[in-house]
Order: sequence, then C-alpha cells, then structure tokens
Amino acid sequence: MRELSYDAAVIGGGAAGMAAALEIRAAGLSCVILEREDHLGGILLQCVHNGFGLIEFDEELSGPEFAERMEERFRASGADAYLGVTVMDVEDAGDRKVLFGYSAEHGILRVSVRAVVLAMGCRERNRGNIRIPGARPAGVYTAGLAQRLVNMEGYLPGKDAVIIGSGDIGLIMARRMSWAGAKVHGVVEILPYPSGLTRNIVQCLHDFDIPLYLSHLTTGIFGGDRVESVEIAPIEDGAVRFEKAFRIPCDTVLLSVGLVPENELSKKMGVELNPMTNGPWTDSRMMTNVPGIFAAGNVLHVHDLVDYVAEEARRAGAACARWIRGEGPGRELRVKAGPNVRYTAPCRVGPESPNKLYLRTLIVKNDAVLEVRLDNRVVQSRKKAHIQPSEMISVTLDPKDLAGAGPDSVLEIAIL
Amino acid sequence: MGSKNAAGGIFDVAIIGAGVCGANIARRLSQYELDVILLDKEADVSFGTSKANSGIVHGGFHHGSKYLKARLEVQGALMFDRLHRELGFPFRRCGIVVAALHEDEMRVVDQLYRQGVENGVIGIEMCSRERMLELEPKLNPDTVGGLYAPAGGIVEPYRFVFSLVESAQRNGVEVRTSFRAEKAEREGDLWKIRAADGSFLSARYVVNAAGLFADEVSRAFGAEEYTIRARKGEYYLLDRMTRARPDRVVFPVPTSVSKGMLVVPTVEGTVLIGPTAEMTDDKTDTATTREHLEMILGNARAMIPSISENDVITSFAGQRPVLEEDFYIEPSRKVPAFIHVAGIQSPGLTASPAIGEYVKDLLKESGLRLVERPGYDPVLPERPRMFDIDHYRADALVAEDPGYGNIVCRCEKVSEAEIVAAIRAGHTTLDGIKYFTRAQMGRCQGGFCTYKILKILMRETGMGWDRITKRGAGSELLSGRL
Amino acid sequence: MAEQLICITCPLGCRLEVERLPAGGLSVSGNRCTRGARYAEEELLAPKRVVTATCRALPEDRCRVPVRTAAPFPKEKAGDLIRLLYSLEVRLPVRRGDVLVPDALGTGIPVIATRTLD
Repeated sequence: MRELSYDAAVIGGGAAGMAAALEIRAAGLSCVILEREDHLGGILLQCVHNGFGLIEFDEELSGPEFAERMEERFRASGADAYLGVTVMDVEDAGDRKVLFGYSAEHGILRVSVRAVVLAMGCRERNRGNIRIPGARPAGVYTAGLAQRLVNMEGYLPGKDAVIIGSGDIGLIMARRMSWAGAKVHGVVEILPYPSGLTRNIVQCLHDFDIPLYLSHLTTGIFGGDRVESVEIAPIEDGAVRFEKAFRIPCDTVLLSVGLVPENELSKKMGVELNPMTNGPWTDSRMMTNVPGIFAAGNVLHVHDLVDYVAEEARRAGAACARWIRGEGPGRELRVKAGPNVRYTAPCRVGPESPNKLYLRTLIVKNDAVLEVRLDNRVVQSRKKAHIQPSEMISVTLDPKDLAGAGPDSVLEIAIL
Repeated sequence: MGSKNAAGGIFDVAIIGAGVCGANIARRLSQYELDVILLDKEADVSFGTSKANSGIVHGGFHHGSKYLKARLEVQGALMFDRLHRELGFPFRRCGIVVAALHEDEMRVVDQLYRQGVENGVIGIEMCSRERMLELEPKLNPDTVGGLYAPAGGIVEPYRFVFSLVESAQRNGVEVRTSFRAEKAEREGDLWKIRAADGSFLSARYVVNAAGLFADEVSRAFGAEEYTIRARKGEYYLLDRMTRARPDRVVFPVPTSVSKGMLVVPTVEGTVLIGPTAEMTDDKTDTATTREHLEMILGNARAMIPSISENDVITSFAGQRPVLEEDFYIEPSRKVPAFIHVAGIQSPGLTASPAIGEYVKDLLKESGLRLVERPGYDPVLPERPRMFDIDHYRADALVAEDPGYGNIVCRCEKVSEAEIVAAIRAGHTTLDGIKYFTRAQMGRCQGGFCTYKILKILMRETGMGWDRITKRGAGSELLSGRL
Repeated sequence: MAEQLICITCPLGCRLEVERLPAGGLSVSGNRCTRGARYAEEELLAPKRVVTATCRALPEDRCRVPVRTAAPFPKEKAGDLIRLLYSLEVRLPVRRGDVLVPDALGTGIPVIATRTLD
C-alpha cells in the first residue's frame, strides 16, 4: 500500500477542489487533490455551453474553458493531484486523518493529512427519488448523464424527448438535444414557475418552440422495452387533476429534478448534515462538526453558479490553512434562517472578521427586502429587485454589523 | 450466451426457462452424465419472475402440510446453507417475524404456529409483545405479539440464479438465451424444438419451467391446456443509509389471499418494502402505479413507523405465475417425456432447490438414466467483490489486476474488474451487469456509471453502440452517433 | 401587433411589449430600465447567440472536442452552424483557443476550441 503524507487533502478536483487547494498552497502548506475521474474540472467538462466565469475570470466562458483556466492556476500553485482515485474511507488517527483512495494505477493509496476539504460536488436526483410510477423501459436518463453521452461521448440517447423538471441542466439539454437532431416535445415542471434561469427559458426553449408545462405532475412513464410516452396531469389550486391527464409520445425521458450534495463519505466520517441542504453544518470557517474536516462547493449546498463555488471554496481553503496553523476560531454566532429563508451557508458567523454567507429564499417576489437582525435589531437592510428560490443570494457581514453581539446573541436573516 | 453444440444438436434434457426453477433443475442434472441445455427467451437468465421478488427464504409456516408446495418449501429452505457454501451467492438466515398489530390477529398467528410445527419447522416461536420488540426494536410499539421463525432468511434472487447457472455451465450444461421455444414436434424418441428465430434443437426429455409462459410452452408441445395468470407485485427499494432498516424480515399477519406486504432487510444492506398483489391481464406489464406505491408506504409504516419516502431510491414490479393453489409439477399425461413445472408462485424461490431434486426424480421415473459424473465440482471459485473486502486485501487484488482499483460504481463500490467478469460470464446487457455486479443499483441508479459501463461493454464485446441494450433487443440505449 | 418578449439581461425578467413603428425602429414598454429597450432592439432586429458544440476528434477513440463561437453569432444561422460543427473532425492535439473555423458561414466570426486535448 502506497503511503503519502500532506498537510491537507482535498477530495474532489472540480472547481471547488481546485480553488480550495490553491488557497492551501498559497498559505505555504502542502496539499493533494484526490480525484476519481481521469481529469480535473469535474462536471464542468461536459458543460460545453457558455455562461461561466463572469465573476471569477471577468469574461463569459464555456465549462471546459473555466475548468482549464482554473487548472492552470492550480498547476502553477505546486499542489499535487492524483487522478483516477476514488476515496472510499477516511479514518481518524489522533491529530491526523487517514484517507484510503482506490486507484487502478497506484493500488490503494493511504494518505495521511492534518485536515481534509470535502469537495465531492453533488449528484442528480433520479426517478426513484421523485417516485414517478410506471414501466421501466430503456430511455430514461438523468439530464446530466444525457449531457455526458452527447457532449463527451458523442451519442444521442434518443430522437423524441420529454424533459421532466425545468432546472437549468434540463433546459440546457433541451437545447442540446434539439441541436443534436432530436425533437424535444416538452419540459414538464411541477411548480407554477420554472426552476431554471429566465435566460435559459428564452434561449433553450423559446428559440426551439419547446412547450413548457408549468404546474404539471408526471403521473407515469409508459413503454415496453423502450419508452413510448410520458403521462402528465395539471395541478389546479393545489390539487392534481388526474382526470385531465394526457400522454406525450416520446422515446426518451430526461430528468432534471434537482441535485443533492454527495455526502455519503462525509456521513461515514461522522459529519452532521443540515436537512435543508443535505450538506454539512459548518461554522464560519466552513469547518464541519468534525475538527479538521472542511466542506465547500456543491457538497456543502447546491450552487447555481460555478463562480460562487470557486469563491466559497477559496474561503474554505484559506480557513483550512489557518486551522492547520493553529489559528483557532474566535467567538461564533449562530445564524438563524428567518422568515422566507430556506437556509444559509455557513450557519455561523465570526463577529471579529468579515463574513460572507450564501442563502436561498423560499419565495418568488419582486421588490423584496433582505434584513439582517442581531437580537431582533436590524443591522443591515437591502432592497432586492427580484428574488426566487433558484437564485442564490449572497450577504456580506462586517464586524461593525455584528458589534455589540453577546455570547448568546442570535443573528437572523429574513426576507420580506 | 454462446453455444458449443451446432444448431440441431441432440440433448438428453432441454429445460425451458432459466429462472430459479430451471437453474436449480439444470444444476442438479449437471451431476450426471447427461447433455443438458437450459433455454430462455430473454437476453439473459433470471430476467423474469426470478429477478423481481421479495428474495425470502421462507419460514415454512404459511402453508398447510397437505400442499406439495409446503413440503418443498421446508425441504428447499434446508438446502440453502449448503448451496450458499458451494456457490457463494448472498444469503443470510436473519430470521422472520410476523407482527400482529391487533389482538384478533393473534388467532391467525396461532394457526401459523401450529402449521409450522406440523410442517416440521425447527425453532418456531410464539411471541409476546415484549419478545417481539426485543427481536425487532424498530417495530411499531403497538405490536401486540407475533411469531418468530429463526431459520427464515434473505437471498439475492438473481445472484442465486446466476450462481446456479454458472455452476451448471462449469459442469457441462449448455445455456442458450434469446431462444423462444415456439413449436415442438415428436421425431421418433425425440422432441424437436423450434425457436422463434428459426433455430432448432432436439432433446429426449423436456422440462417446462417457463414461469409466466408455461401455458404457451405446454401448448407448443401439445401437452395439457391450462392458463397461467399473472399476479403483479410492486416494490419500493430504500437506500442503505435508511434508519428504518430492521434486523429481520417483518411480515404482517397474512390474509386468506396473500402473505401481505413485508419489510425486508436485503442481504446487500438496502431495504425492500412490498409487494402488492394484483391480477393483471398482461404478463409483461411490470409498471408501478401511484396508488399502489402509496399503499406500500402506508402498510410498511404500520409495521415500522420510521420508514420514510425520502429513503426511496427506486420502485419496480414483478409478476408471479398463478395457476392453482398448489404447484403443478408432474409429467404430462398427454405427451411423452415432458414435465410441467408450472404455477410456481410463492414460496417458489425457497422451494426451488427441492424442486430441482423433485424434478430429477420425476425424470428418473420417466426413464432417464442417471449416472454420476466423476468430475462433478459443486464449488464455484470465489469472485472477489470490492464491497466485501478491506483495504489491504483490496491492495493485493489491484496488484494482480489493476481493474479492481478502478471504482466504476461509487454507490455500490463496484470495480471495473468486476464488470469485466460479469461480461465474460455472459452478462452483456446493462440490466444483466446490474444484477450480476450491483453497479447502477445504488442511490444514484446509474447516473454516474452508466456511460462507463457502456464503454467497458463495447470494449470487451466489440459490440457497436447500436447493439448496447438495457435488457435485450428492443431496449437499445442509444439512437445515434454524432 | 405588439410582440411579447422576456428581457433576460437580469433576473427580474421584465415582460416587454414591443411594437414596430411605421417609420422604422421600435417602441418598447414593460421594461424597468433602459437595458430592456436595448435587449428588445437586439433580440428583434439582430438576435445573436453564442453557439457551442463538440466535434469528433481524430483519432476516433478520444474525447470529443468542445468548441464555441468566439463571439455571439446570428441566431438565424445557428442551425446551419450547428450542422457544420457536428460534421467537423478535429485532429488532436488541439489547444484551448485554437481557431477551428476562421470565418463561420461568412459572418467573420471564428469558432474556437474550448479545451486542450493532447
């Protein structure tokens, strides 16, 4: 068994992993990325469409370009990366952690480190998760799998598709399938509003005259050996009108019904998860309840922009380096998700230093107000022209916002 | 799966249907100096009733001793330990509890107990509420009492079939898939069997173990007329991370119609809940329905309240072949050298090893000469699975074959080498690989690994992209190349 | 006849009503800021999209080469460009930014590779 030793290990070499590793190296510590695929960049490489990098690189890039530019910075940092290594286990060994990575090239790697940054990303929810009944024919794919097949492997998974869920990957795949020569017969969304960006509704659906069925439940998938149709029923006044159900003939169903942080490994290590995000609870430094284990990016909560992922992961990497150096945490305040706020990440802030939080709202609203209250006193209030659950909101808190916080103070973030 | 004999070869016994019955019969016959062929119309073995059922080795108390199926159930259940040692399929005697939620159900429990004792089941026990909650702490605290059958167990049904077939093959049995026996006629002492694709073969004896389609096969041979009806059972599968996993199989108190919906801690660590029981007209209909799935959740929660719909990773349905109350296993009275193994519904999986034995005896009585084959080897070599082994053993394996280090299915920890082994064992559809290795069976349901498996499958078999299927012709996965 | 548009410049998604004036030019309403009018103008008179695709790599067993137009491309020609790009073969190695089609369909807009593949 090959043994390696570093100050820190980052699990996952996507945007989050590379950004975290960069910061750890920048602090003068040794760092290794363990990545299960044979390339860095993660899922970005199959996202060949543009729309990435406006914040991180100040220009609009495709997924592969974002990944490659990030990788160039990463390579320049001098951090190591092992590719084709799947981390199967992390053991606690006193003040060190021992990771077991499985690899065809290196056998089993035993990697001993002081701290770990979790950056495994997320996975797609599937048919079982949303319990679509019906037959089990060939031709049902998650949108991300279809994206991989089309964009990287060069295969068309079907000729007549229906897309369930109006998340951005589903919308992007509606356009991609159309461009690749398939006919997309509709996108079905259970909510009364689309889950994806308006820009994608316009450029991926309207450009191709693809119908969007809002407030429709998918009530069944039909077919023998291969998909033959999808049945959907309208939802009116909160009730599914099964008697109005109708079938859309198709040979392919793509599912774009949400993403879930991939925390199986975290759970094995004893990391506690927030049921609102399915990602770990962390303090203001992005450290989980297990000392020395940090989390960032989509493994912490599902982001909508890779630019935010990179920004968050850089903070986690820097915090990880400080922790290794023995810079302990200051006093921390709990952050409460107030009215109309689904969650905040992280869920603690440090009153002595600047803090950045990401949050998601529960509502769709124009002219909303975001309020930060310290023990019921409003310390920050900001107008938001438009908010919706699918668009992440960021909040920056300065020490002056948190001045006067006592040991039992509670910080609440609300949307009104 | 390939063919070592030329088309038109003559076999001593042809077994039609490579489900759990056909596989057991084939393996049993592989101990003798016989040319045996196992046929199936599907692209792989175990693709019918045997792949979608509860996977229970029953406790021997559900049926009265007057039935053949009760005798075969008790006998078959006892044979599993040895089969498990020889073949290594996943099996565990975790015990079965029957939970009564109302006092009036205890009358039925009492009757089950006496039935079990009469059937000769060892260790069966009537339980108080306290004993039940001690045996299974996750049970509904309103449980009033129940029954405990410690010898009951769980098995992964398709892997049971795969290992039986593999063992039979190693001992000379030929397997031919995608062979739909459509027509048969007598030619002297032989049955000449024609397949839908025009190929044919001849056999001295025929065993009809065609499950849901045993009636059609019987008709094709001019044997007895009967109608197999299909009873559909729907299931939910829960993630192995669920907190609701019981230690034992939990049954409700049965009704006159069915054994009811169970909660099964599968051998692989997931939890299965179901099945429903609904007669259908279409034997190929394995669709699930919203109402039934809701019913399953409701019923399962009545026994184990902590079951959550958030733990569901997939749903599926299977069909059981229903003929009459009892199994129908006997030689045809209408045509020679033809044995019916029909109407094998529950407890068919449990009884199947005994069915193998029983059919071997029927063939012998019908004149088949059984001479022990000297080279017979009942033991299958162990197939390493990354899921089961520690890091040190894993490291040694990767040194032998780097394919073991490439984890293809991260949810179920399946390596490339295991997928290659499945393909080399003849499982060349995505479903075949799934049932053999468990890749695509975990929480992501193939979202991450499907494309990797496609590529390995093409590389290993040389098949083009247009020949890759989910479960045989018609279920092609891809429709074009860019 | 007013035409309906959703402004995609920001997440607000203003619903625009646009009328073509007889004298030429547009009358836009429903926008909350001037960017809405500008968007309507471009979207109705000269709509453009960044076109992205992947090309077959040579040798054949390699990963496909992702590509995009170096600038937004006339929408009405996007279908033709996509067909062209999906029939293109690119011999490896290729570097990110390499120009694969210098002047796509006479627009003067180049198509570039977006990933380095050795």
